[in-house]
Amino acid sequence: MRRIYLDHNATTPLVSPAVDRLCRVAAEVWGNPSSVHHFGQQAKAVLDGARASVAGLLGAEPSEVVFTGGGTDGDNAAVRGAAEALEASGRRHLVVSSIEHEAVLQTARALARRGWQVTFLPVGATGVVEPQVLADALTDDTALVSVMHANNEIGTLQPVADLAALARARGALFHTDAVQTAGKLPVDVRALGVDLLSISAHKFGGPKGAGALWIRRGVRLVPSTTGGRQERNRRAGTENVAGLAAMGAAADYARQSMAEIAPRVAALRDRLERGVLEKVPGTTVNGTGARVPNTTNISIDRVESESLLIALDLEGVAVSSGSACSSGTLEPSHVLKAMGFPHHRTLNSLRFSLGSSNTEEEVDHVVSVLPALVTKLRGLAARA
Amino acid sequence: MRIVVAMSGGVDSSVAAGLLHEAGHEVIGVSMQLYDNSQGFGSCCTIDDLHDARKVAAHLGFPHYIVNFESHFHRHVQANFLEEYAAGRTPIPCAHCNSEVKFRELLGRAEAFGAARLATGHYARVSEDADGRRHLWRGRDAAKDQSYFLFSLTQAQLAQAHFPIGELAKDDVRREATRLGLAVAMKPDSQEICFVPDGDYARFLEREQPALATTGAIVNAAGERLGAHGGVHRFTVGQRKGLGLSAGVPLYVVAIDAGRQEVTVGPREALDRATLAASQVNWVSGAPPEDWTRATVQIRHRHTAAAARVRALDDDRAEVEFDTPQSAITPGQAAVFYDRDEVLGGGWID
Repeated sequence: MRRIYLDHNATTPLVSPAVDRLCRVAAEVWGNPSSVHHFGQQAKAVLDGARASVAGLLGAEPSEVVFTGGGTDGDNAAVRGAAEALEASGRRHLVVSSIEHEAVLQTARALARRGWQVTFLPVGATGVVEPQVLADALTDDTALVSVMHANNEIGTLQPVADLAALARARGALFHTDAVQTAGKLPVDVRALGVDLLSISAHKFGGPKGAGALWIRRGVRLVPSTTGGRQERNRRAGTENVAGLAAMGAAADYARQSMAEIAPRVAALRDRLERGVLEKVPGTTVNGTGARVPNTTNISIDRVESESLLIALDLEGVAVSSGSACSSGTLEPSHVLKAMGFPHHRTLNSLRFSLGSSNTEEEVDHVVSVLPALVTKLRGLAARA
Repeated sequence: MRIVVAMSGGVDSSVAAGLLHEAGHEVIGVSMQLYDNSQGFGSCCTIDDLHDARKVAAHLGFPHYIVNFESHFHRHVQANFLEEYAAGRTPIPCAHCNSEVKFRELLGRAEAFGAARLATGHYARVSEDADGRRHLWRGRDAAKDQSYFLFSLTQAQLAQAHFPIGELAKDDVRREATRLGLAVAMKPDSQEICFVPDGDYARFLEREQPALATTGAIVNAAGERLGAHGGVHRFTVGQRKGLGLSAGVPLYVVAIDAGRQEVTVGPREALDRATLAASQVNWVSGAPPEDWTRATVQIRHRHTAAAARVRALDDDRAEVEFDTPQSAITPGQAAVFYDRDEVLGGGWID
């Protein structure tokens, strides 16, 4: 069956430079980067190269880049690590947006359980955190603010530079989860004015199990894993050399091709969105703020997305909805809930997230199969 | 034919799916997540079961999905389970699950996925006669027969139901599983009620509804108080253990009056009844018989259907007169009417 992949916010196929690098390094450079000898030095050189590539993608210094195991790992290292480092200062207030990825939300809840005061910033129907909302939430006890750069479900960009400036003015650190923007849009840590920024390789053509946390020079974190002195004492454990090398290759590729890919993908996304809104009655786009170029989240009245997702997969079209729970079933979207939408609308949304390999023809095919599936599901729902 | 197979992760539904797939049908495996096992309920098994189903699908090479039916299951099965026990009755959640969840919600999904049939791993059989009418039969393996739990299926539901292992014995099913290379071939049969895996209903009920733990009296037929109990939900008609009474003769629960929180006990003979009335009766053929009909009637899962005559009453009710009295006819259980191996219908015992 012909398959169309529109779930790039979940993961992306590897770009070919990343595949080449992954295979080559895995086969040839198997030394431990911490070893003194030749083999270790070889591996260390590969890591350094990858670090420079990732720094290049973020407008950062290589020495500020700490490799991680991915987005969740980076979010945990940043939020837990900063919180623990700041506990001694007496500041025990954490501010996060209510539309953060679970990696940040659950970490915030874990901190709340050990006595931290946590504020979950509301968002309006736009799906954007308003700076004034953050300004009102900040106190002299605020240690850390964590607001994502772009939301993974609806794609809305957050005004991170403005938010970070507010946090800094109150003496708080600022972390942003840039997992959904890195590699898609220019991400410049200086321009954003943040202190911590986490990214994940597999969202931009790299492999799973590789990521990075950018830590502004001078910002102290308590490492969330303890052990050896890898990553300048900031993350223990032997590095995933091949995976990180491939992340570097993907970062280089993204940096070079972003200017060409982003507008092309945005045009495809817009074509898809227009087509769905036109051809399927009772549809609304969720998230009216500025968005990353590849994402659209559409609520479809009187259709449970769980069924539509499966029906689409049986037609060869891969999309997603909400967040999957442990068994892989769908739960109401906490993002749409935070946007103030009624319960049914948190269960009827589909997320289409495109990538550079998608074509107009694929988009048109999706627009052509969707209306009949929706009509069928609505018919069954009406009968029940 | 595109067929959705309800897969629990057990050997029966896995083999059902495997046989259909082998026969060349386009199989879509679907597992239902019915309750959140991460909190309470004391079991981690369901996630494992879902993964077992997924492994079978991956091994055989057909797609598999998990659908979240927690709210349906809670509304149609668990809520009823609680209400029934609170009312002093002994419910059968599996039968409600079949008619209200599997062959309603899941059947709807199957249609949505373009499937012509919903197959399950039940030991039961369906046939179609020359007039296009469906007949429901006991599974060929008498020891495993599950038709008792399917009595409330309607003609419309049966028209889309498919029971691929209904002709097989349990041993055959395990053999087929081994032949198909399924990792679940030797998986133990599930016991008890799925959402109370430890079988401790009283504890489950009290956790869900603490008010149930209301003490009351244990009395004899004459109304004399013999002792006290910790809540009527802890008892079922015919129960002998757990009464905390010492008497010359063994005593059994004969009746439960939830309104008065009273449990009546008596000697074994006091359990015998020759008649029963049933509600919400389903006649599989779609039409109730016009007069008294001879049948055998089964009053619980592990009961040998007994000779009786059955008559339909108004309001979807029916009455049953057994040829010889039956022991422990229990309100809340199903009375299922058979003509030899064919299910004529059934209802809930009043």
